[in-house]
Amino acid sequence: MLKGKTAVITGASRGIGKEIALKFAQNGANVAIIYSGSKDEAEKTAQLASGYGVKAIAYCANCADFNRVKEVTKEIINDFSGVDILVNNAGITKDGLLLTMSEADFDAVVGVNLKGVFNFTKHLSRYIIKSAGGRIINISSVSGTNGNAGQANYSASKAGVIGFSKTVAKELAGRGVTVNVIAPGFIETDMTAKLPPSALEGAVSAIPLKRLGKTSDVADLALFLASGAASYITGECIRVDGGMCI
Amino acid sequence: MLEKIAKILREYKDDETLQISESTTFEELKLDSLDTAELIMNIEEELDVTIDLDEAIKTVGELIKVIEKSQ
Repeated sequence: MLKGKTAVITGASRGIGKEIALKFAQNGANVAIIYSGSKDEAEKTAQLASGYGVKAIAYCANCADFNRVKEVTKEIINDFSGVDILVNNAGITKDGLLLTMSEADFDAVVGVNLKGVFNFTKHLSRYIIKSAGGRIINISSVSGTNGNAGQANYSASKAGVIGFSKTVAKELAGRGVTVNVIAPGFIETDMTAKLPPSALEGAVSAIPLKRLGKTSDVADLALFLASGAASYITGECIRVDGGMCI
Repeated sequence: MLEKIAKILREYKDDETLQISESTTFEELKLDSLDTAELIMNIEEELDVTIDLDEAIKTVGELIKVIEKSQ
């Protein structure tokens, strides 16, 4: 489905990002794997992706760092010649109730989750518009669409991603680039593994489909949105939450 | 500088006969805001300069002034 395309996936050393990188590679895309701290895991993801016969390279970059993202963009273009697909997936949480949330925790989460999306989209757009059928897929969260107590910073950043995506969808539509958002619910990752078991049980009981999501549930939608089959869909935010927000 | 910009513009528009002067506007060249942004990015790459896009640039002459200021 993505043969000959090049995709950049942020936060691709683990969880949803890793699954998307591998799914894209399996479908013929070359992948640039962006990681921040997990070097070994990122290189392992690149190695697994290479197993599908595509080019896969891991790059270290803190998404929140505008200048570093600019540098890494140049490195990627040198290595791959161009970029067709960007998946902004990197995200962090620093949960706490508003009354106790520190300024540093708010800034850190918005820095990676929202400004990071701006940084990568800003620096890579000039190459993506040159692609025939460029795609930008941003990973938000149901916390951004519906709010979630204890996540004022995370919700704000993820809601910001939705507004940002709608605007960029309008700006780049003239070049055939689509920009869409995926809002996962509770997906089995390291991020949700940090939650206490009682919270997870409570979450499952609130999900009509009665299970946590799998990273592949999100990656399957990302693959569809990245493919030619989704060329007439732009500016959309699609939940992958087992019906949690119905 | 005008000739360099004219060359880039002719390549961008894929029209070798394009007549360019400092008073030529991007509107006359049928370049919308996204085209202009893309063109400026091409110029940045070709001339190895960083162009401040904060200023509204309407003519080739204005673009040359911004480039000269950036160098």
